[in-house]
Amino acid sequence: MIDTLRLTAEAAKGLLDRKEISGEELFAAYLAAIGERDPELHCYLHVCEDPGGDGIPIAIKDVIGTKGIPTTAGSRILEGYVPVYDSTVVARCKARDMRILGKTNTDEFAMGSSTENSAYGPTHNPWDPTRVPGGSGGGSAAAVSAGLAPWALGSDTGGSIKQPSALCGNVGLRPTYGTVSRYGIVAFASSLDQVGPVARTVRDCAYLYSIIAGRDPCDTTTVDVPEVVLPEGTDLKGLRVGIPRELNEHAAIEPGVREAVQRAIELCRELGAEVGECSLPRSVDFGLPCYYLVAPAEASSNLARYDGVRFGYRTPHATDRLDMYKRTRDEGFGDEPKRRILVGTYALSAGYYDAYYGQAQKVRTVIAREHADAFEHFDVLVTPTSPTVAFELGGRTADPLAMYASDLLTIPSCMAGLPGLNVPCGLSEGLPVGLQLIGPQFAENTLFRVGHALEQAIGFDTVPERLR
Amino acid sequence: MAEITREQLLHVAHLARLELREDELVRLEAQLRDILAAVSKVSELDLSDVPPTSHPLDVVNVWGEDEPRPCLPVEEALANAPEREGDFFKVPPGGGAS
Repeated sequence: MIDTLRLTAEAAKGLLDRKEISGEELFAAYLAAIGERDPELHCYLHVCEDPGGDGIPIAIKDVIGTKGIPTTAGSRILEGYVPVYDSTVVARCKARDMRILGKTNTDEFAMGSSTENSAYGPTHNPWDPTRVPGGSGGGSAAAVSAGLAPWALGSDTGGSIKQPSALCGNVGLRPTYGTVSRYGIVAFASSLDQVGPVARTVRDCAYLYSIIAGRDPCDTTTVDVPEVVLPEGTDLKGLRVGIPRELNEHAAIEPGVREAVQRAIELCRELGAEVGECSLPRSVDFGLPCYYLVAPAEASSNLARYDGVRFGYRTPHATDRLDMYKRTRDEGFGDEPKRRILVGTYALSAGYYDAYYGQAQKVRTVIAREHADAFEHFDVLVTPTSPTVAFELGGRTADPLAMYASDLLTIPSCMAGLPGLNVPCGLSEGLPVGLQLIGPQFAENTLFRVGHALEQAIGFDTVPERLR
Repeated sequence: MAEITREQLLHVAHLARLELREDELVRLEAQLRDILAAVSKVSELDLSDVPPTSHPLDVVNVWGEDEPRPCLPVEEALANAPEREGDFFKVPPGGGAS
């Protein structure tokens, strides 16, 4: 009997390599878990039949294109869309014989922090189904925590991997911008979008990252990536850990979250790290407004392709071509993409460009410089990933600005193109608290080393209490 | 910074090719006003001497060899078309498109 709640991808690989189980048995075990728990949690938008083979199963966020498998990005406008080619990341997973379990739920076009913006209904948090799993990649994060996949791919624009991992109690990496190909991914904000792994351990996360990372001729923003080292050590000797004041003392951070993070910082000291305070004076207060100009501006351009001509939904009510474009987009898009398209179009329009988009791009420089200054003195920065634990379903849906603030602490490093790793560091009110580790560009190996050492020292049980 | 009026909202919606219903206009007008007020915070900083960042990495142009390779077959390119005629995507007549 395979316990999918406990099985890591690394352990699964061992079982497969030693032929102690077959690929079919392993895939069937996950399908059985999905059949049992997904009706309640709704992690998957589409579940696949066993494609055969001997590799490790994987779940794929539904903004990632999969040949022959529906890819909706959580939107009605892509209902029924079946890609005719694989994204590079999926092709790389298949090249390692990985078998796709299905496509996971997401806020529409990855726009959201709770998965409630999905046109197909929300995902529920496996720790407490009355609460959100975070977003936009709530489906991938909840699937991993609920034992419905050993690992998964997500995408992160302003926190869509890190924040759901924090709220679901697992490990998620947003890699350095440019390390992972976006070819075949549904584009949201191209100067920010990154694909990354979600897993139950730091080692699994590092291993999956090593498979998907690297230069891709089909995505010219990709670069050569340092060789990935799977972490083994359990001490942090010689490491300089910075605690950015503004991201650790923000008024929005719940006391229970603060306490769990403080304990993890204390552990860094006990493991031999040198811990010191630092400051990112403008990155938090100006990070959120900067993000909510840059990301919608780029989204308004990227989402122009959904015009009802070549693929996706087309309105049946059109009188002429202009009318077809407008009605298709009104009927196909949900509220959040419409808000962002409108904000972005406004911020880019004549007369407002300099004051909004141009100014936001300058703020972005300020944020990048503040982080670069901090890394003159520190190897890694430590903060909470989310200011709160998982919130109630419906709790923030009426107020877009309250929802946007969920990403307060994940956004600044995204604006600077930096890698970030979420590692669970404890519970508050019975719900997981996530620790965010931020490194300089291309310092994924440092994040894995720190994350692994803390993971061993903390001993967090990633299986939700109600499923044990 | 200027507050968004109904007229501006309709103009922006037209630029974005969105036909918004009356109930949507009412809801979005209020939400956009709040969002724009919040993001206007970026104007508090004097950044006249700061260069803009459009790309997080310090990379220059990437060049590829000009080598012919097979492209998507027509049938696959048209596989997801809402409507087709022969080897073409079919759309309604132009009308007021501008």
